[in-house]
Amino acid sequence: MLRPLPLLTALVLAGPVLLGLFGTILPAMGLGPLGQGLSAEHFARALDWPGLPRAMAVSVTSGVLSTMGALAVATLILAGWHGTRAFAWLERLLSPLLAVPHAAAALGLAFLIAPSGWFMRIPALLLGWDVPPDLLILQDPRGLALTAGLITKELPFLLLMMLAALPQTGGRRRLAVARSLGQGRVSGWLKAVFPSVYSQVRLPVLVVLVYAMTNVDVAVILGPNTPPTLSVQVTRWMLDPDLGLRAVAAAAALIQLGLVLAVLAGWLLAERLVARLGRLWVWSGRGCPERGARGAGFALGTFSALAVLGGIAALALWSVAARWSFPDMAPEALTLRSWGRFGPEMADVALETMLIALVAVAISLVLVLGCLEAEHRFGLTMGQRALWLLYLPLLMPQVAFLPGLQLLPAWFGAQPGLAPVVAVHVVFVLPYVFLSLSGPFRAWDGRIARVAAGLGAGPERVLWRLRLPMLTAPLLTAAAVGVAVSVGQYLPTLLMGGGRVSTLATEAVALAAGGDRRAIGIWGLGQAAAALLPFVLALAVPAWLFRHRRGLRDV
Amino acid sequence: MSDDGLRLEGVTIAQGNTPLLSVDAHVPPGCVLTLMGPSGSGKSTLLSLVMGDLAAIFRASGCVSLNGRDLAGLPPEGRGVGILYQDPLLFPHLDVATNLAFGLPRSGTRAAKRAAVEAALADIGLEDYGPRDPATLSGGQAARVALMRVLLSAPSALLLDEPFSKLDTSRRAQMRALTFERVRAANIPALMVTHDAEDAQAAGGPVITL
Repeated sequence: MLRPLPLLTALVLAGPVLLGLFGTILPAMGLGPLGQGLSAEHFARALDWPGLPRAMAVSVTSGVLSTMGALAVATLILAGWHGTRAFAWLERLLSPLLAVPHAAAALGLAFLIAPSGWFMRIPALLLGWDVPPDLLILQDPRGLALTAGLITKELPFLLLMMLAALPQTGGRRRLAVARSLGQGRVSGWLKAVFPSVYSQVRLPVLVVLVYAMTNVDVAVILGPNTPPTLSVQVTRWMLDPDLGLRAVAAAAALIQLGLVLAVLAGWLLAERLVARLGRLWVWSGRGCPERGARGAGFALGTFSALAVLGGIAALALWSVAARWSFPDMAPEALTLRSWGRFGPEMADVALETMLIALVAVAISLVLVLGCLEAEHRFGLTMGQRALWLLYLPLLMPQVAFLPGLQLLPAWFGAQPGLAPVVAVHVVFVLPYVFLSLSGPFRAWDGRIARVAAGLGAGPERVLWRLRLPMLTAPLLTAAAVGVAVSVGQYLPTLLMGGGRVSTLATEAVALAAGGDRRAIGIWGLGQAAAALLPFVLALAVPAWLFRHRRGLRDV
Repeated sequence: MSDDGLRLEGVTIAQGNTPLLSVDAHVPPGCVLTLMGPSGSGKSTLLSLVMGDLAAIFRASGCVSLNGRDLAGLPPEGRGVGILYQDPLLFPHLDVATNLAFGLPRSGTRAAKRAAVEAALADIGLEDYGPRDPATLSGGQAARVALMRVLLSAPSALLLDEPFSKLDTSRRAQMRALTFERVRAANIPALMVTHDAEDAQAAGGPVITL
């Protein structure tokens, strides 16, 4: 029962990625049932697309700059403020933002920074403009809005990942030593603590880099339009009624993959360069502008958090706004009319979204618990390579293997629909459920199992009556993480659903182009709530369940 | 009968190719055998061997038998070997009474189990503590509950892994006396690992220094 689960999990993680990649490569080269024999024609057509150089450039700049930006701000916050009261405040402000889906955050941000958005209304009110300025802030051709949006969304993720890695590096003591050797707080942290923290969060950083270069949902909302980023163009070709364009899409997806691999190689080289520069910096003995660095870290972190929160507030306010004209800061009156109009349909789709999420999370939990329990009982571990396997679906650009995964079942006559959507959601939910649950599961005191065995309890009873109940809180948190990941999935739902499955993510992104702010407000808010509510439950349920069990409240 | 009790015959444990320890011992029922030795001498490893969950990096040979039954190949839960650690390790999500009931033989009726738990609580001066959260007990109270929990499961042998080292001095003497008295009353063999010479003295049984 238990023994095959680790292998099955490995297949679930690697199978779709490799199969999908295969399914992308074949049609791109003109092979497979829909092809007309080996040819470079599709690559030629993709390369002929006039927007290609620009699309590639924006993919690279938005991806690299946003990753560097989010990493830099997270580092400055930790270096300047870790252990202070201000840090605790910032952490509380940023952590819930981790759960906000990318699309909802981007839609909210669009409401803030658009020429008619909240930010522009401040100078408009002061200077007496009565029409929004004619500026291309949103969807600018250089992808600056996209870059900024990605920074605000990835900052909480990287910060929390680095925070989790910090205890294993003994950062506090190292910083104390560095400071006693005459370094400032920030320069001491950067020189003595950052290298170990970075090596621990390297994989998550690469995940952010790949996502930032290749995402579709944020790029559709905040990114340039003509031409769009390469991933968005691949998606357009995939969804084109002209089936002949599927092969071009596959070819372009492989160009995107090549681009990602090149940038990853560049990033790894840059790591070495930065390490060398860091050593030179240490030898130089110089510090860094402490006050400026601390101030910048705090200001950027706060601003980033407030931007996401303000965006969600804007979504909420638009959803209940009656007349709201430029440049007023608030609507003239509040009304529930828009909710009456769009609410019922949104609730239906929310239900289907949750159904998909819960099934995907349930499957993931079974596999993850099976793996962890097999590791505990039989010492079956997938070893250090397992970590790479876990990260494989996150490091492989979705746009590179999902087209192939969509084309493949079509060859066998299978239909797109709910089942493939759930299956592919599992591929992305499972790694996060595993990462979230494995720590607490392994940290569980094994002597409890031995005491119970001495009392005559077999492994099944220990698992169901002791280990899982004691891990209720981490289990629910892992489930909430899984639901948030599933609710945020845009491209998998779009491609595997074949247009027949709508979730909050696909609907919210589809509405972005329309510009009905009240509808966007309702759908964006719905998506954010669907991701956040499970976290509220994950905190509240164990607290209530174990209200008379002090021993479980701190674990 | 010479079959009775816990028997370690020609037991050796090695880590890889490095021999760790070898023991020959017989612990008759009601008697406590004390193992002493520095950290890393394999004391706790020997307890693991008797428990039946020796880590895979160790290799063991020899025969461990309990009341004439060879323990080799039996799963930990099928050996009738209870264990007490320095921490009471009460299950934090269950109340005190359910903790005590956890190891009761399955055969009894619900009422009989309740009565057994009530009697055990009264026995250690903790009447009415049944519905309590284990985290609200004092260290000494929790240690007594842990002892009663393992005794209620009617083990055929008891392992003690530095059982008193976390108690303060005044409680330690009480807990020692209570534990050894119960081992004698239950007439089961016990194997104790400790750093503390006073533990060995109080146990009154033979001492093996590794």
